[in-house]
Amino acid sequence: MTPAFDVVLVGGGGAGLRAAIALAEASQRLRIAVVSKVYPMRSHTVSAEGGAAGVISPDDSLDEHCYDTISGGDWLGDQDAIEAFVREAPQELLRLEHWGCPWSREADGRVAVRPFGGMRKMRTWFAADKTGFHMLHTLFQTSLKYTTVVRYDEWFVTKFLVDDGRVQGVIALELATGRIEAITARAVIVCTGGCGKVFPFTTNAAIKTGDGMALAYRAGAPLKDMEFVQYHPTGLPFTGILITEAARSEGGYLINKDGYRYLQDYALGTPQPKPVLRTMELGPRDRLSQAFMKELDKGRTTDTPYGPVVFLDLRHLGEQLINRRLPFVRELCMKYQNIDPVKELIPVRPVVHYMMGGVHTDINGATPLPGLYAAGEVACVSINGANRLGSNSLPELLVFGARAGRAAADYVAGAKDPGTTVVAQLQDEQRRLEADLLQQRGRERIADIRQEMQLTVEESAGIYRTGASLIRSAAKLRELQERARDFRIEDDSRTFNTERIAALELSFMLDVAEAIVTSALRREESRGAHQRTDFPLRDDQRYLAHSLVQRQPDGSCRVDYLPVTITRWPPAERVYGEAPSDERSHYVARGAIPSGEGV
Amino acid sequence: MSDHITLHVARYRPEKASETTFDAFELPCPKEWVVLDGLNHIKDRMDGTLSYRWSCRMGICGSCGMLVNGEPKLACATFLSDYAPGPVRVEPLRNFPVIRDLVVEMGDFMSKLTRIKPWIVRQVEKPLSDGEYRQTPGELDEYKQFSMCINCMLCYSACPIYGLDPHFIGPAAIALAQRYNLDSRDEGAAERMQILSEHDGIWGCTFVGECTKVCPKHVDPAGAIQRYKLQSAVEWVKAFVLPRAAQ
Ligand SMILES: Cc1cc2nc3c(=O)[nH]c(=O)nc-3n(C[C@H](O)[C@H](O)[C@H](O)COP(=O)(O)OP(=O)(O)OC[C@H]3O[C@@H](n4cnc5c(N)ncnc54)[C@H](O)[C@@H]3O)c2cc1C
Ligand code: SF4
Ligand code: FES
Repeated sequence: MTPAFDVVLVGGGGAGLRAAIALAEASQRLRIAVVSKVYPMRSHTVSAEGGAAGVISPDDSLDEHCYDTISGGDWLGDQDAIEAFVREAPQELLRLEHWGCPWSREADGRVAVRPFGGMRKMRTWFAADKTGFHMLHTLFQTSLKYTTVVRYDEWFVTKFLVDDGRVQGVIALELATGRIEAITARAVIVCTGGCGKVFPFTTNAAIKTGDGMALAYRAGAPLKDMEFVQYHPTGLPFTGILITEAARSEGGYLINKDGYRYLQDYALGTPQPKPVLRTMELGPRDRLSQAFMKELDKGRTTDTPYGPVVFLDLRHLGEQLINRRLPFVRELCMKYQNIDPVKELIPVRPVVHYMMGGVHTDINGATPLPGLYAAGEVACVSINGANRLGSNSLPELLVFGARAGRAAADYVAGAKDPGTTVVAQLQDEQRRLEADLLQQRGRERIADIRQEMQLTVEESAGIYRTGASLIRSAAKLRELQERARDFRIEDDSRTFNTERIAALELSFMLDVAEAIVTSALRREESRGAHQRTDFPLRDDQRYLAHSLVQRQPDGSCRVDYLPVTITRWPPAERVYGEAPSDERSHYVARGAIPSGEGV
Repeated sequence: MSDHITLHVARYRPEKASETTFDAFELPCPKEWVVLDGLNHIKDRMDGTLSYRWSCRMGICGSCGMLVNGEPKLACATFLSDYAPGPVRVEPLRNFPVIRDLVVEMGDFMSKLTRIKPWIVRQVEKPLSDGEYRQTPGELDEYKQFSMCINCMLCYSACPIYGLDPHFIGPAAIALAQRYNLDSRDEGAAERMQILSEHDGIWGCTFVGECTKVCPKHVDPAGAIQRYKLQSAVEWVKAFVLPRAAQ
């Protein structure tokens, strides 16, 4: 049968929209659908604050961005992918400038860049501290001019159509009406973002439930490096709202309950009044989050009703700089924490932020499953390795969204039409979503299972991990999978039924949680964001490799390993605080407040 | 301060009843809870059938607009304790068809957004190899405020004109049109002016400025409308008084 579309994009965030535009530009004949469970401009990309990295300064080089990314990721990133990423990122950011993104500027009108954690040069483009918001709205508004892009706004994808070993579209549910349809296509690009909601305390929005990871996994695609979960060192207690790293790159200090800049105790350099790249507060996120845990052990954190905190001090930056370069930080603190950072300390604690792992793809976004592509946070190419550097994700959405779009455009030119089993698959799915889910009157509350899942994942796969707790957690998750069959769904309406969606999301999250815990258990070393107290050292002999989790017919996971691609940077020790002495004069940055009058 | 508060939440379930009813829920009211936390508590612990939209919980995704005690608000940026001792009435945004409970239909705005061409229009596009369009911080300031719109629909809900005449293109769409008109990289202002003037709703706007008052992002749509009117008055004068100059 002739498919309804050439390519269906699942997800309308930064990656999905960039891929959609790449497809629309590849050929006007391609019929493209963007399916998104929220209106695209509500996607989580909207909340990214700090910026997007891309080399543009004359004193910077592609190799330095490569090196920072590779060492930041503790040598687990694939260096061919990183080289392509670093090379294409500036072009992509520039393209967004041409599409109207309001990048902050220098006085002479050039795009301004700011320093960022783990980066040794200033290369982070920013739109004040609402970078993701401006990027997403620019992409969305620009996408509106391509009439070949058809949107399915507020449609929730429940399943990928797979037949004959190929992905041939999706099944989706329209929220407003409850209508369930097969949206057929020659290829599917999954751009559904991350899965922070698997954890109890996260910067991630409510919609970040790992749907695409679970959908791909169930369809037969492997998930890669799922044990690598990034904690961001500075979240507001209670809400988990992120205080962007830009607050530290503009010169903020992290202090413990005694007012002491404690990072100096953890091999991150010596405190200077002004920020110095790759040292202290501008160290990488995994190290900073780990330092918090050590402070907690030493009793040097402050207790609050929402857990222990340290403090971010911006007071010395002054009202003018804060208003000009960190207006959203001030707004968030005042509106959600009732604190004014111009005069007060901001309580912060590490918070789950980003998923390094995801659907296994090659350098063009192709998964091993024909017809299925992935880009953005849902995917693992991998450029982020064991720890993503701040401001590398937004450009990743653009570079690999565009690559996946172009690769899918090539693929569909020669792809077969979908087979006829699609009708049967739709009927089965309709039965599951209607007869089963709308009539389900079991005993278990969705919120209870969700909470138990979040707690066990945090307890076992948090900043520090041990084999024993991971084993316990794996068993607990099996139990929760069983109990989740006995959901109670009170809402039997077809109209905007958010309880049914919550049940589907929870079942996706349980699969993702199992993949995280199983991969974490199998990796018996410490690398980047994966720290095992029972295996405290990095072990390149056994684990300079990506883990690949594949779903088994009985629902359990099998873990295999795939070698890391090393091109020019052999594994070495990660050094922060000071650069290796021979490179020193080259790498230690000047005082880091850029001179421009950018906003 | 009492530690509990009652929420009266509007319920509309088209399959069950044709009228809106109100359900009362008594909730804890810790000082850091926003209205959205209250709704989530209801959904998770008291009544799983309540429907509303939300996502970011940080006032940036624009999903959670609703009426709180009759005023258009973002549920995630409105503290419950500000309404103590309560009760608090929570309803769907005014001026929109309701789909279910607190969820309104906003397809109308989405089509208006496309109509105003919210993208950079240029005669000749500069190739990427020529680098960025230079734009000074001053030029950025010209349109920056209008680029901050999160499409939350609070201004449409507050707009008396839109309430009477749904064809009115509305505050946020006009602000976004101005966001591009005022961008030094754009050359599409004339095309957009044409679209804005197709419908006379804009002349009905009396500068009550309700839209600007409720806007959580200080976009000032009323200011955008004002600028538009001045601009088109100038064009009008030019066209009649100086026919040649206008061409
Ligand atoms: C608070 C915060 C700040 C950040 N700041 C930065 C920063 O400064 N710099 C940086 O580089 N990175 C930052 N990041 C990371 C970065 O923003 C994200 O990794 C990135 O935006 C993810 O984009 P995406 O396109 O992959 O997914 P998203 O933007 O999350 O989009 C996912 C899309 O998939 C859709 N979807 C999901 N499931 C389904 C389904 N079942 N059916 C249909 N549609 C579905 C959603 O509707 C949505 O459209 C930040 C992250 C957070 C949480
Ligand atoms: S102008 Fe303000 S109130 Fe209106 S939609 Fe935009 S952000 Fe919301
Ligand atoms: S939940 Fe995003 S604006 Fe309120």
